[in-house]
Amino acid sequence: MNVNLRIWRQPGPNAPGRLVDYSLDEIDPSQSFLEMLDKLNEKLIHEGQEPVAFESDCREGICGNCGLVINGIAHGPKGACTTCEVRMRQFNSGDTITVEPFRAKAFPLIKDLVVNRSAFDRIMSKGGFVAVNTGSAQDANLIPIHKDDAERAMDAAACIGCGACVAACPNASASLFVGAKVSQFTWLPQGQVERHTRVLKMVKQMDSEGFGDCSNHAECEAACPKEISISNIGRMRREYTKAVFAAV
Amino acid sequence: MINLQNIKISSVTKKLLTGITGLSLVLFLVAHLIGNLTLFAGPEVFNAYAQFLHHFMHGMFIRLAEFGLFSFFVIHIWSAVSVSLSKRKARPSRYAVEGNAGGKSKKSLHSLNMIISGSIILLFVLVHLNHFKFADHEAVGTMTLANGVEVQNVYRLVVGSFQGNFGYVLFYMLAMGVLCSHLMHGVWSAVQSLGLARPSTLPYLHIGGMAVAIALAVGFFLLPLLIFMMRGTFDPNAMPDPVHHASLLLNRLIPG
Repeated sequence: MNVNLRIWRQPGPNAPGRLVDYSLDEIDPSQSFLEMLDKLNEKLIHEGQEPVAFESDCREGICGNCGLVINGIAHGPKGACTTCEVRMRQFNSGDTITVEPFRAKAFPLIKDLVVNRSAFDRIMSKGGFVAVNTGSAQDANLIPIHKDDAERAMDAAACIGCGACVAACPNASASLFVGAKVSQFTWLPQGQVERHTRVLKMVKQMDSEGFGDCSNHAECEAACPKEISISNIGRMRREYTKAVFAAV
Repeated sequence: MINLQNIKISSVTKKLLTGITGLSLVLFLVAHLIGNLTLFAGPEVFNAYAQFLHHFMHGMFIRLAEFGLFSFFVIHIWSAVSVSLSKRKARPSRYAVEGNAGGKSKKSLHSLNMIISGSIILLFVLVHLNHFKFADHEAVGTMTLANGVEVQNVYRLVVGSFQGNFGYVLFYMLAMGVLCSHLMHGVWSAVQSLGLARPSTLPYLHIGGMAVAIALAVGFFLLPLLIFMMRGTFDPNAMPDPVHHASLLLNRLIPG
């Protein structure tokens, strides 16, 4: 199969960017989207051109490193998967595919399709941890946790921090990421110690990073490769309200 | 230790405020619609209802309600405008292609244009208040209720307004279409903003919110239209007879 690509090219953070057209043929439908981009880059290098910069690491949907907006949808059209899990058979031969970076003020562009998502790390550093001295590891069953609570915590903890929620949100809000990261601790006994300070500090950091406000479009949940529910955003809001009253 | 500095108006507080004020305004609409249905019971009932609202708790009730509604409107508009402005700041360079991921997404023309539908509703509310609340109430005259109390004939003002001019009826019906669009996203979104939605209730909440939106909009849409359709069948100044009014309306709707 062959495809026409329109790819965002931008040499550096402050340089002007534009969509550049490429055409690529002899693509195997079973190839992944990133393998198709690898093929394009080989071609560009052979022609003496600058290859397209994009991020990837595990290429099996667990590291959260890759992330492209394909035809206006973060992580592409399939849903519940990362960009690296998108296969070329999901497109038709002759299609024009537009590839853009995750766009948000809080994710400054580095080059072409690569953006800096350290804003997420700074939010995590404000409360995405348990600061109790654990000592040597104790027996796994010493702290009883209800199966349902463990499942809910795991559902929230499935977040790989890829940033697709921000990319997909019409407001570029990070509410789903912060909601998931706050929620995962609230279900577990270990998370109770810093329960109130955690949500206040993480929300404050989220606001200061320049993410937009949430408008409940739920587009984040639809784009999330791990299908994190927006009920985690609701939980973050409940936690926040409780924390405010706990502080007063 | 928790520092109270952390609790200035955050993005989450803004959502809580938008949700609380929005839901309260929806509750007001429910009460307003039920109250307005007394129009179909004739001048006596409607004027007595208006009289009751203005004299309940020695007039304190209406003043409190008006103050509450006004402040809720101001807070709702402030937080909504603030959310809308943050959106532009948070994504300075726009996407060349914008898609919809489908699935559980609730992104729609309703949700994307809340600020536009909200602005039109604000404009409507200003026209509506100017026409009814700040109308020359002396000019509409008075009527004497069956218990001998003389009250202002606001029934005449309302019925006269809608029977006199179909353009005005049309304006109301268009405004109610916009209100419907605003509430299609607004009702369920307000509940989610307050953090009340659970994974198990989310799907029902979205459908329920849309049902409330449609029910309210249809109710307010039909009021001016039905009043207009009753044009000429009775004199707005005539003495009240709820049963007679209801039968007149039925005759109009179901000829023969």
